[in-house]
Amino acid sequence: MDLTAEEVRKIAFLARLHLTDEEIETYARQLSAILEYAAQLQEVDTANIPPTATVLPLTAPLREDTIRPSLPQDEILANASSSEEGMFQVAPVLEQEP
Amino acid sequence: MTALIDLSLHEAAQALRAGETSARELTLACIARMEEVDGHVHAFLAQTPDLALEHADRADKMLAEARKGENESLSNLVGIPVAIKDVLTIRGVPTTCGSKILEGYRPPYTATSVQRLIDSGAVILGKTNTDEFAMGSSTENSAYGVTHNPWDLARVPGGSSGGSAAAVAARMCFAALGTDTGGSVRQPAAFCGITGLKPSYGRVSRYGLIAYGSSLDTVGIHAHSAAEMAVLYTTMAGHDELDSTSMPGAVEEIQLQDGDLRGIRVGVPKEYFIDGIQPAVEAAVREALNVLGDLGCELQEISLPHTNLALPVYYIIAPAEASANLARYDGIRFGPRKNGDDLWDTYLKTRGELFGPEVKRRIMLGTYALSSGYYDAYYAQAQKVRTLIKQDFERAFERVDLIASPVTPTTAFPIGAHEDDPLAMYLEDVFTLPANLAGVPGLAFPVGFDDSGLPIGMQITGPHLGEAILFRVTHAYQKATDWHNKEALL
Repeated sequence: MDLTAEEVRKIAFLARLHLTDEEIETYARQLSAILEYAAQLQEVDTANIPPTATVLPLTAPLREDTIRPSLPQDEILANASSSEEGMFQVAPVLEQEP
Repeated sequence: MTALIDLSLHEAAQALRAGETSARELTLACIARMEEVDGHVHAFLAQTPDLALEHADRADKMLAEARKGENESLSNLVGIPVAIKDVLTIRGVPTTCGSKILEGYRPPYTATSVQRLIDSGAVILGKTNTDEFAMGSSTENSAYGVTHNPWDLARVPGGSSGGSAAAVAARMCFAALGTDTGGSVRQPAAFCGITGLKPSYGRVSRYGLIAYGSSLDTVGIHAHSAAEMAVLYTTMAGHDELDSTSMPGAVEEIQLQDGDLRGIRVGVPKEYFIDGIQPAVEAAVREALNVLGDLGCELQEISLPHTNLALPVYYIIAPAEASANLARYDGIRFGPRKNGDDLWDTYLKTRGELFGPEVKRRIMLGTYALSSGYYDAYYAQAQKVRTLIKQDFERAFERVDLIASPVTPTTAFPIGAHEDDPLAMYLEDVFTLPANLAGVPGLAFPVGFDDSGLPIGMQITGPHLGEAILFRVTHAYQKATDWHNKEALL
């Protein structure tokens, strides 16, 4: 199976990755080869075979909902490239009122 | 006395207890060794000498108290310098995952595995190189340069935990933590001539392990021998309420008897001795099997019929999980930000410019496999075939106690050998991936060398939570042979 440049662009869009035209071309070729290799899975008879999402014999463990200290706000914000008044700062998302 | 860095972990622990050396002296010896050889090897992304000396001084206090009889139950880890793969967090210490997208990140918390080592008195020397987000088999995918194999600097150390394996092989530390999602501890152990453990899924806490493939990721260990690894393993293993995939209940005790392995049934899967395997690798593994036979093991050929499907299953499931896990890197909360025209554009630019080629490749692959119209054909089908692979192991362990095989089809390959051919690189993991898909533990240890003097490894795999037998068998093998004592000349 061969992915087209258009399909690769769509995947990159879904994955929120900006790619150059050269990257689009490379990934179209490489991803096609990998998917072709993976296509052998479709020939395996898996009727009545349940999927494995986790190997553990566990159900989601529960704990008491008690109040505990959280990670320190200043250390968290120190990792952001932009913060203000105890918040992460980003470019405006909504148009501002005139 | 042997140079400090040439001691085994137990010899060093003994010398510390006896007061023949101090943790500070031992740590300074490792720091001097890093200065001497890491310019050639590039195992470390961050060296933390100040932190290490702080840990060392604390260890010396613990040792002094022990000598006064105030601390009877002293761990063998007290004062022992170790290195940590740069995908595990240490509060305040730069953690990059080998990626530009986390450059400058200082985590506000410490991984449970690392914390347990620190609490037992270990000395943290620094963070080791890795393929970006642990995606790779050579460390060539690190954004901060490749690590060189101490046995031949023109070759890769394996990956993704190549920095940890090289640091141990070059004797810059006594042991190191790696992580293993598809072979990333065992394959570099084999390439660097050391011993490596990938524990059972759920056995060692993953709190503070920056996620790649969440249903496959494990925290593992590198050292020169099983006996040394056992010290770290017993310190780290066991339940952690901060990790919801951590197994509750007691950890089976590791008993390292000498010699006698009578009655242990070893399965040799015919699917692992395939065309294309390097003859020297097969010969060394067959010879090691003979040694296990001499020690009392009963060898029998077995079949793991779905082995050849592990690779395609892995390269659907791991990228699918990665595409979800790596969605968090958007330049807003951590790491550098590449500002665009608007928030949307900022996401695209930050991720497009700061993720490396292999990470983008796997995010794209995973996004595709999970996307509408392809989910059933790829992701859902891969999860079902994963069940078949897991059942292969379950059936095998009804007949045998452990499974023995090569770790890799070849010895360490030259840097650049798989450039531009991701599929060829993925094939490096063909013998290690099945254990991750089945969640079972695997242990790699050195069993010989090829004609070029490159180390060869053997892997033994046990049932889920069956680490104890892996330690016991490897320890007996290492008592009977001395491959694990061979050293890279640097």
